[in-house]
Amino acid sequence: MTAEELQKVAAIEQESQEQFDHRIHVCMAAGCLSNRADQVKDQLEKEITASGLERRCMVKGVGCMGLCAAGPLVSVQPKGTMYQEVKPADAPEIVASLDKKKPVERLECDVKMPFFARQQKIVLENCGNIDPERIEEYIAAGGYEGLLKVLSEMSPAEVVEQVTRSGLRGRGGAGFPTGLKWSTVAKAQSRTGTKYVICNADEGDPGAFMDRSVLESDPHRVLEGMAIAAYAVGATQGYLYVRAEYPLAVKRLKQAIKQADRLALLGHNIFGTPFSFNVDIRLGAGAFVCGEETALIASIEGKRGQPRPRPPFPAESGLWGCPTLINNVETFANIAPILRNGGDWFAGIGTEKSKGTKVFALAGRVRNTGLIEVPMGMSLREIIMEIGGGIPDGRSFKAVQTGGPSGGCIPEQFLDMPVDYESLMKVGSIMGSGGMIVMDDTSSMIDVARFFMEFCMSESCGKCVPCRVGTAQMHNVLEKLIAGKATADDLAMLKELCDMVKSTSLCGLGQTAPNPVLSTLRYFGDEYESLIRDDDPEGRHADAVGAGHGETQEVRS
Amino acid sequence: MVAQVQKTPLPSNDRRWRIVDATMRRHGYEGNALIEALHTLQESFGYLDEIGLKYVAYSLKLPLSKVYGVATFYHFFTLKPQGEHSCVVCMGTACYIKGAPQLVEAIGREYDVKPGHTTADNKLSVLTARCVGSCGLAPAVVFDGEVVGRLDKSDTLKRIGELLQTQRVGKEADHDR
Repeated sequence: MTAEELQKVAAIEQESQEQFDHRIHVCMAAGCLSNRADQVKDQLEKEITASGLERRCMVKGVGCMGLCAAGPLVSVQPKGTMYQEVKPADAPEIVASLDKKKPVERLECDVKMPFFARQQKIVLENCGNIDPERIEEYIAAGGYEGLLKVLSEMSPAEVVEQVTRSGLRGRGGAGFPTGLKWSTVAKAQSRTGTKYVICNADEGDPGAFMDRSVLESDPHRVLEGMAIAAYAVGATQGYLYVRAEYPLAVKRLKQAIKQADRLALLGHNIFGTPFSFNVDIRLGAGAFVCGEETALIASIEGKRGQPRPRPPFPAESGLWGCPTLINNVETFANIAPILRNGGDWFAGIGTEKSKGTKVFALAGRVRNTGLIEVPMGMSLREIIMEIGGGIPDGRSFKAVQTGGPSGGCIPEQFLDMPVDYESLMKVGSIMGSGGMIVMDDTSSMIDVARFFMEFCMSESCGKCVPCRVGTAQMHNVLEKLIAGKATADDLAMLKELCDMVKSTSLCGLGQTAPNPVLSTLRYFGDEYESLIRDDDPEGRHADAVGAGHGETQEVRS
Repeated sequence: MVAQVQKTPLPSNDRRWRIVDATMRRHGYEGNALIEALHTLQESFGYLDEIGLKYVAYSLKLPLSKVYGVATFYHFFTLKPQGEHSCVVCMGTACYIKGAPQLVEAIGREYDVKPGHTTADNKLSVLTARCVGSCGLAPAVVFDGEVVGRLDKSDTLKRIGELLQTQRVGKEADHDR
């Protein structure tokens, strides 16, 4: 593949798209598929053939359009009409309306509503526009131009420089500066000369589906990001570690790798340069802890996914002891646009310390559930009340949970806070990978805390004691609280356990496991207090709390 | 590529063993192919049994203890045979908030089965998943590999009723836990 050939592929594809007067896009991401989007697509195709419009009209499956709550979604281009909750039986009406001025009003979805209008799309720019199963469409949308530019005009150091200037921070949750990570791996010496690039697509965080949607809707974007990273740090082999629970994402990734291989956009001497890069897929097997980078590496090596102490960091000694760069799906998805438009462009979006946009999976008790991408620094109120459309069924907002099992619940008083890494940290939560679960006044905060603690307890890998035993003890106390059997001593012990598990656990899972409890204690302490039994039959006091105490509880509960 | 000198004989004439062997061969029978091999084994046979675990251990020259350790560490692998049909209730945060626990309870009451178990007549396995990533459609349940969202108790029981009427075709779908 040469630069001219890439342009040619793009031109041919654009031309073949433009020859159609109407292009009907049907969302084929997991959410809409489970609402029979495939049947809608089949029926639309049949209807178009039946009306003899096949030369002027095309139907294609595209990736996620965002508003999963109203699926299956269908959009008609270039008019820009969008339809919601389309059923196969609606196909004749939609096809009949194509040449008319008026769309099918009954099904119309307002594209001017805040849900669509307030978003700013970088990572999701192609989602809902291109067919994820065809590399040609990605190329026609400017795909692999970033890689071409990097390989033909820039040195690896210049690439790292651009990423550093962009201010991009890891989108997996912790927010480590991506440029710094890249430069560390680039500088690291490998004994064998081998370095690796790993894409962390083990989206185990319950309530988050950003990575899934990106992989299903625009897989090539992630591959391109990985290839650019590999060039920058000097790697030749990449691994995509994907959850086995996402079969559609795995299928589309496999297909994407094959297509990129075929066009020599992966493999040897890419774009006629000495740069070579291959990508393999490794399936996760349902262990949340494998989102931790050293555990993920162990899993790729075929072992149990247990973390190890750092340093050495994977940047120096990672997969099979070689320097390894690990980034999240969304981080890689930001890379190609940054290189195409320059680091300064990206740095112009967002807040002072948190640059760019962030994809959030909006779910729970909110009207417009789905996938959104907004600039960093937008307030929670705008996200939940305007984009999300507020709380349904006349209920009132109680809290929003961000960051999954490692994050916390944010109460109403902070709704006007800007969403960025530092602000979320300040109120006891974290950015996390982007799950945002809205809760209304029917949700019990202690029940939510117990839910996450149960999660951490069973996902603890068992390697270090504070996490293995501590999470189980905390879960016991929460169970006891909910059963109405807890005393003030138990609450004191819960607080003590939070501190202990947080300070002494080996990896991020344990260190952040108490966050949901801590944040609910902080903002909804009265709920805890109200569950405490007034009497203290055994006359124990808070100072009598100890390890032995915890064990007797376990026996009784 | 140089062929492997000594190949572990297949446990039986069952053709599915060849699929498992092909996965290990593709990775040069290296120990790091363990998780990939277990995935193929489970996909082919529906669960991991002792014969399969031993076969993988010998082929990859790994101690059986390590193979067993990995197979039991990851929730995705199951060492128990699954029922004819499966029903995986998503217990992710969004589904939990929107009533997934009530669905599990309703199924349990109707079919006398706990999550992670199979009914006595071997017809239905009820499982829970950490998150199937269909949070926009919460609460979601995966019936024989097909994700269905926005369910309530009666919808769920009706679906299961229909499921049990159908004859399962094709290979085992994806399970969690």
